Amino acid sequence: MFPILSSLIILPLIGSLFLIFIRSSEKNTSLKYVALFITFANFFLSLYLWKIFDPSISTFQFVENRIWIEGFINYKVGIDGISILFVILTTFITPLCIISVNSTITYRLKEFLIAILIMETLMIGIFCSLDLVIFYLFFEGGLIPMFLIIGIWGGDRRVYSAFKFFLFTLVGSVLMLVAIIAIYWISGTTDVEKLYELGIQEEYQKLLWLAFFSSFAVKTPMWPVHTWLPDAHVEAPTAGSVLLAAILLKMAGYGFIRFSVGLFPLASIYFVPLVYSLSLIAIIYTSLVALMQEDMKKLIAYSSVAHMGFVTLGIFTFTQQGIEGSIFQMISHGLISAALFLSVGVVYDRLKTRQIKDYSGLVNIMPKYAIVMMIFTLGALGLPGTSGFIGEFLVLMGTFKKSIITAAIASIGVILGAAYMLWLYKRVVFGNLLKTIDVKKMVDLNKYETLILSSLAILIIVFGFYPEPLIKTYATSIDNFINTINVPTELSLIEKVK
Amino acid sequence: MSNLYFIIPELFISLSVMALLVLGVFKNNSSKIIFYFSCLIILVSLAINLNINITQTIFLFNNSYLVDQLSLFIKSIILISAFFVMFCSYNYVIVNNILKIEYPILILCSLLGMLVMISSNDLIVFYIGLELQSLALYVLASFNRDNILSSESGLKYFVLSALSSGLLLYGCSLIYGFSNSTNFNEISQNFNFEYGVIFGMVFVIVGLAFKISAVPFHMWAPDVYQGSPTSVTVLFAILPKIAALTVFIKFLYGPFINLFEEWQAIIIFLSVASMILGAVAAIGQKNLKRLIAYSSISHMGYALAGLTTGTNQGIQSSIIYLIIYLIMNLAFFSCLFMLKRKDKFYENIEDLSGLSKKHPILALSFLIILFSLAGIPPLAGFFAKFYVFMAVIQKEMYFLAIVGLLATVIAAFYYLRVIKIIYFDPEQEKFDTSMSLGLKLTLILSTSAILMYFLNPNFLNKYITNILVI
Repeated sequence: MFPILSSLIILPLIGSLFLIFIRSSEKNTSLKYVALFITFANFFLSLYLWKIFDPSISTFQFVENRIWIEGFINYKVGIDGISILFVILTTFITPLCIISVNSTITYRLKEFLIAILIMETLMIGIFCSLDLVIFYLFFEGGLIPMFLIIGIWGGDRRVYSAFKFFLFTLVGSVLMLVAIIAIYWISGTTDVEKLYELGIQEEYQKLLWLAFFSSFAVKTPMWPVHTWLPDAHVEAPTAGSVLLAAILLKMAGYGFIRFSVGLFPLASIYFVPLVYSLSLIAIIYTSLVALMQEDMKKLIAYSSVAHMGFVTLGIFTFTQQGIEGSIFQMISHGLISAALFLSVGVVYDRLKTRQIKDYSGLVNIMPKYAIVMMIFTLGALGLPGTSGFIGEFLVLMGTFKKSIITAAIASIGVILGAAYMLWLYKRVVFGNLLKTIDVKKMVDLNKYETLILSSLAILIIVFGFYPEPLIKTYATSIDNFINTINVPTELSLIEKVK
Repeated sequence: MSNLYFIIPELFISLSVMALLVLGVFKNNSSKIIFYFSCLIILVSLAINLNINITQTIFLFNNSYLVDQLSLFIKSIILISAFFVMFCSYNYVIVNNILKIEYPILILCSLLGMLVMISSNDLIVFYIGLELQSLALYVLASFNRDNILSSESGLKYFVLSALSSGLLLYGCSLIYGFSNSTNFNEISQNFNFEYGVIFGMVFVIVGLAFKISAVPFHMWAPDVYQGSPTSVTVLFAILPKIAALTVFIKFLYGPFINLFEEWQAIIIFLSVASMILGAVAAIGQKNLKRLIAYSSISHMGYALAGLTTGTNQGIQSSIIYLIIYLIMNLAFFSCLFMLKRKDKFYENIEDLSGLSKKHPILALSFLIILFSLAGIPPLAGFFAKFYVFMAVIQKEMYFLAIVGLLATVIAAFYYLRVIKIIYFDPEQEKFDTSMSLGLKLTLILSTSAILMYFLNPNFLNKYITNILVI
């Protein structure tokens, strides 16, 4: 069988090798075209994967299993309904990032494109890997290119942000490494599929869960370890912010579903109060913080934390609606936050400031921009008819089943979300045009920006009205997934009763 | 005669040393020729060593010398790395005018000492090997006679090393006194739990810990690393550590195996202290050689962590760690040798500022090496740590694993600082680009080994799994 997943993973890496050998000069556009060609090829390959993917099977498909370290670890990749959507999200967002470098990256373009392509390899690898050690390799490997992206092409405080990003993430993940090795000695394998079958003894689950949680909580990010995110987002170049928000944050959400809940169902149930309270704090607190922000990127960064709060909330309801909603929310947030960061990038390129007070009345001079920005704002606040609504609605539905109070508090977050997003839109786009704004510089969207932003806007609306293709893809997998969680729970209850 | 067959590499090196000395006496300006010859001698003895095939452990000379898989393997590793060390430092010794005839000969002497040390099965043979190795290194450390730092480092190394040798000898004599033998096999047989033996063991461990600069016996390392000529520092960073750690394995799992519970606590302490101090103390360093000194202290901590397990897997993980460590150090020092501008070598972290703009490939190598030293996957340094913690966690020593891994986070900070200076800071004047082929080759080989290791990790494992110590 053609190793389609491995080709998806390796293709960007080969592309980056190509780029190394292309002579770079400031005016050389061939670099960008090569990178674009590679990423689009990867995108179409992933679409083809989606086409031949069979959503009615709940097990992993396209599995490749090769010996990597003999008698020890296998290189095992495979996808199910949950991971395929993240793969497609990754391959979709990366070309958009590369188109957007046109105006944002003014120096060392070649290195930037190489970093982005390596990042794509690692991100696809994360979503495909079915072995804990392989997963860890991809998960940690992503630190290197992201550190460089923030540090080399970032804003004024880039060094501080890059260090904070790197060290925060590293602290969390070394504990996960300990847990992975411990799992190997407890169960004799790090193969995820086998671990699903075998299960892990109850006595170990809580500690292992906490170790995984420490890694994913930093990456999600959950309150109180979210502080790296606003810094990293603000300082990173637009393409870096987009990658961070759209895909890197999803790695943790995906990790929660696949590993925390999948491997340690009993511990997950035990720690539900912890996750609920941290998620609620994230939703309410960071929404309030977002209201106070004067920097546009920071505001969106905090709103990401709040949205990811919904994701964790939904996952730990263990209900069909909750988990489906979480995944939908992740995909839709991937689109919306990418779109919002790109929109901020558009005005930042023109005025070189991200302060909200420096903008006003953009609708007068940039009508196209005002339209797409409106769509994204409405998507972010979860208006029915946008993809943001479906995710939040399903999550709240799932939460309501389990705990009414939690659902009620979380709904306040929705209102706050509407408040800060609409207020942002009002201050930046509506109102009178500021005299300080140079009208000549503030031209409306050029063709590249129109292309990127309108494609995102169309997807946000399409999935808002017609979520069926996404939900159909993962429904069976989640069905099966929930059954596997619930079976051991009931069994252990029966044992306890005896 | 059959005894001699197994020590041909040692015999060959010692005879060559004498021949080279004679050559040096009778021929003027022969230092370059001697340098080339010594490289050749190392290669030939490597070839001889690789040709020795044994199926079981062989005891020679009345059980005082032993040849087994472990010692043969480590000998090959030492010879290969010695060759690359000389290969890559050629430019440096020429430019700094320290290429006298004694220089390569002393390196050969210390190599001979290491080989003897590794194969020793007797306290006296062991001590002879150790001292031969150290004496040559004292002179090498102060080889740049006109430089006050170099003389200081030589003297410092000599005084402290002599002290540690004294402790070691005292320990050996205690062990002899309580077990009636100097032979490793007999020591472990005549074993009785007397305090004298335990004291002796502690002294021996202290002496060896000094040689691998494990905390709290690390004080000499930063000064000696900084003061010695860089071509000698790379030697210090690699060869004696491999030799001493192998002897560590031999001692702990040979004569002292019955004292496992006693020494395990000591090694855990040495390991944890080295990991933490190496990571914390490196943060404030300004000199790259001092930085790598502290980094090697912490790396030794990880290598020791594998030894605490008392399992074969632990020992194998330590050996893998050592090999990857030596490749990373070789690569790092090759990069240092590249930092030359108008016949002056630079070794401060600030000198790297903005390296990535003028020398993208050198900067990329630095990036790969530093991330690998920090243990970030998928580079080789990660696997080194991974295997060690695999072994540690197998024995359920979670505390050691968590402390060790958190120390890597602290360590990551100072490696990141160097990367930050290379990549994020304003650029400086260009360095010379004309480098010797040997240096370039060493850098390319070692860096690509680090980068490509993840493609086939079995390659190293295959050799190591044959080595069963216990």
